[in-house]
Amino acid sequence: MKRLESIDDLEKLRKAIIEKNKAYIKTVALCGGTGCRAYGSESLKNAFEQALKEHNLSDKVRLVFSGCHGFCEQGPIMIIRPEGIFYSKVTEDHIDLIITETLIKGNIIDSLLYEDPTTGEKIVYEKDIPFYKAQNRIVFGQNGSIDPTNIEDYIAIGGYSALCKVLNGMDPTEIINEIKESGLRGRGGGGFPTWQKWESCRNANGNLKYLVCNCDEGDPGAYMDRSLLEGNPHLVLEGMLIGAYTIGSQEGYIYVRHEYPWAWANAGIAINQAREMGLLGENILGTGFSFDIDIARGGGAFVCGESTALVASLEGRMGEPRDKQHLHTVESGLWEKPTNLNNVETWANVPIIINNGAEWYSKIGTEGSKGTKIFSLVGKVKNTGLVEVPMGISLREIVYDIGGGTPNGTKIKAIQTGGPSGGCIPSSMLDIPVDFDELTKVGSMMGSGGMIVMDEKTCMVDVARYFVKFLKDESCGKCLPCREGLKRMDEILTDIIEGNGSEEQIELLHELALVMKDASLCGLGKTAPNSVLSTLQYFRDEYEAHVIDKKCPAGVCKDLITYSINADACTGCGACKRNCPYEAIEGERRKPHVIILDLCQKCGSCMDVCKFNAVVIS
Amino acid sequence: MEFSMVDAIVDQHGRKPWALISILQDIQEHDGYLSPEVLRRVSERMEIPLTGLYGVATFYKTLKLVPQGKHQITVCSGTACHVRGSNRILDEIKNLLKVEPGETTEDRQFTLNVVNCLGACAIGPVVVIDGKYHGKMSASKVKDLLANFRS
Amino acid sequence: MNSRTEVKTIPVEIDGFQMKVDKGSTILESAHNCGIHIPTMCYLEGLSPYGGCRICSVEVSTDGGKTFRVSASCTYEIHRPIVVKTDTPKIRRIRKMLAELLVASAPNVKLAQDIAARFGINKVRFKIEDNRCILCGLCVRMCHEQMGGKALAFAGRGPEKRVSAPFAIRSEICLNCGGCDSICPGKIIPCQGIKIPGELCGKCIRPDDMPFCCPTGTFGCFCENNPLEIVSQPR
Repeated sequence: MKRLESIDDLEKLRKAIIEKNKAYIKTVALCGGTGCRAYGSESLKNAFEQALKEHNLSDKVRLVFSGCHGFCEQGPIMIIRPEGIFYSKVTEDHIDLIITETLIKGNIIDSLLYEDPTTGEKIVYEKDIPFYKAQNRIVFGQNGSIDPTNIEDYIAIGGYSALCKVLNGMDPTEIINEIKESGLRGRGGGGFPTWQKWESCRNANGNLKYLVCNCDEGDPGAYMDRSLLEGNPHLVLEGMLIGAYTIGSQEGYIYVRHEYPWAWANAGIAINQAREMGLLGENILGTGFSFDIDIARGGGAFVCGESTALVASLEGRMGEPRDKQHLHTVESGLWEKPTNLNNVETWANVPIIINNGAEWYSKIGTEGSKGTKIFSLVGKVKNTGLVEVPMGISLREIVYDIGGGTPNGTKIKAIQTGGPSGGCIPSSMLDIPVDFDELTKVGSMMGSGGMIVMDEKTCMVDVARYFVKFLKDESCGKCLPCREGLKRMDEILTDIIEGNGSEEQIELLHELALVMKDASLCGLGKTAPNSVLSTLQYFRDEYEAHVIDKKCPAGVCKDLITYSINADACTGCGACKRNCPYEAIEGERRKPHVIILDLCQKCGSCMDVCKFNAVVIS
Repeated sequence: MEFSMVDAIVDQHGRKPWALISILQDIQEHDGYLSPEVLRRVSERMEIPLTGLYGVATFYKTLKLVPQGKHQITVCSGTACHVRGSNRILDEIKNLLKVEPGETTEDRQFTLNVVNCLGACAIGPVVVIDGKYHGKMSASKVKDLLANFRS
Repeated sequence: MNSRTEVKTIPVEIDGFQMKVDKGSTILESAHNCGIHIPTMCYLEGLSPYGGCRICSVEVSTDGGKTFRVSASCTYEIHRPIVVKTDTPKIRRIRKMLAELLVASAPNVKLAQDIAARFGINKVRFKIEDNRCILCGLCVRMCHEQMGGKALAFAGRGPEKRVSAPFAIRSEICLNCGGCDSICPGKIIPCQGIKIPGELCGKCIRPDDMPFCCPTGTFGCFCENNPLEIVSQPR
């Protein structure tokens, strides 16, 4: 790869790549995101490459192993351009057919098309799919067109032009102003105005300043940052370069959690390629600006998503947050030097803003929350995946128009946002707009973007305990309210779930939650009680059912439910009996089967295999 | 593990403090865990007090200080998987292998881990065995899956 | 000495009292200097503040008293004018709950009992454990800061957090100075027998006839005349 010595060189290269790509008649983008990989898309890619060779199409058809497309429920995903034909659930068996029918003859293969579950209609083009239609994929959309391990792909779609614009004559105050006008707020959960952070860091004392990209995405159920860093690392690098130039930093770190191997691998490849080309390192594009980035791996600690804990981890220490209320990381962070820490998605928005302008960006979203947000829509929803929506869209639109509602037609009970630090929003409030302040008003928060759909078969007390247990193990353990508080909350919730709870304990839970909120040392402890507080606020009846009636209305808590077989629905097929790991089901062929309660461990295997819905929970 | 290999890994990362976790993880790849001797060597080579290094090694979940089983089973307990019943799968594995998360079976065949979200939520509940992802798992499928690995 | 040397002082209001404090001094130090008492647990003058117990929590305002946030006073360094309240209903609720949590975890540690008694706790609504270490970290700070050893540190995380020598084996660099033992608020009597290597609070052999609480009846202890009522349900 030739080193670029000037902005001009980059533009020349860009034109050359675009010209080179014109030789291809078709581009096939096959999703290489972690979700699709889990479906086998890597071996699919290899087989496709081989097949293209055999058909002598390798120089006519460009195969791109792209970043995550977001529609993970339908993977492996393949998009054929320029038409934009969308094929889902592609397997190796389909390869020859795709090549001969679609690539060569131009025919659509019906069986590979996405079928809208509501209308039954088969949809051909990506742009017509409801999942994508309601989205505004200004940041995430690029993923589907590029191979993240090939910097040329990024350059071809206009990559690094924001950096050029900046280096070509924007001074730092101008850049900060642009970010200010855009209204960009931190996408990691804090929602802090990005321009303010940059300005404080820029104005802080000292010449040695650090930049950090937080990819320690620990919220369970959230994987936006992973898909961004893994699927389009150069977008993040470009954002950091612009940030570094503005703040006056020469050293940056990307902190990636350990559980994301392809994210740190692809980020590493991107950094190496950028260095080779002279887009990172000394004297970038001959402008005298120098900045380099190293990747640090996390060790499996959710608390390291907290800025001061992350800094401690980078310093080679335990990830314990710092208790210095008056001292901000922007003034004294990594090795006590001014440090600007932003989330992956925040960095990714920066080139988009610089390229398109603050005015354009600020037209998207609400008064207090500009731009878009990427959410991971998961749980009891038909279309699970990553969605990018303009701020201000309602939860209802996201869950129904994009998500398609619940898979089995069950009623939605609540939407959980903000991860373990967030809260549960009941279905009666589905019309609230997605907005930093609106979500906080109802007792939840935007968080990093996890959005978990829960239906009537989800027990809210169980959900509260799930999050408390998670945080209990992830707590750094330094401060008493968090460490002891979470331990006791877990004990009380367990008692309630096992049928040993009392009303006094519900009051105690509430009292404890309020103290933890105020007295804990860091954000983890302070927001730890949110799941309890929000479920108590909106679903108190479930708590009361558990302690007064000793029942679990959702049919989840093992000690409070019984499995039984409805004799009228049972056909005596014996599937449940064969699959029961505890030999707890009796019955003869063609006669209704019966569950022996003493042996039943409530594992749910029988319910999983019964085709006649004969297994019931009471 | 030979000390020369430990030294090589430490030097390869430039002895940088921000690379400490990566260094320990790379060293751990070798034997599956970090022995006291190896940690002492790292402490000397990187000039970090052993107490601090021990604190780091016990703080991060991915760092193991006891020998691991032949097969690593990881059950994803992320919220999305939880809502889809990952608890039942975990209970089933606990019953079958008679171990708690973090423990290794007596015959040293399996180590059971729980992780908070692998980011493959669409195919949840997910169980990873030796790096291979198994999606849409259920309590009933788990027994067969484990049987494949019994050697 | 330059007579023009400026000593930086900051105007601060604590509990209605106006005062000027040295820049960089903590709220706790400033309060104590004026005779305003703020209770503490993991703090000891002479050792660096840790901020772990949060019992020294106070309400702090940086906007002249309009809005307040709760902070630990031992670690809050004063760099600009603030208004502090050390004894509001919120702070009392916080201290009471922290004391209850503490004594539920370590009822046999004298300091825990003292703190609980001072805050008027006579009921414990949580399941009683019997931890002898309250994770105050005084031993670690004593070892590192006063004795110049580095034989002890915190290990583990969350509920597994503990004070330990590496690999739970007494470190070769341990100076055997006994500083950790002497500073430990658990007031464990060093056992007269063989010390179990590397282990501190709680594992030493405790004589059976040692009473539940301090035998001298010092203020605040629980004893036969003032027993600790346990209202949580047994496991």
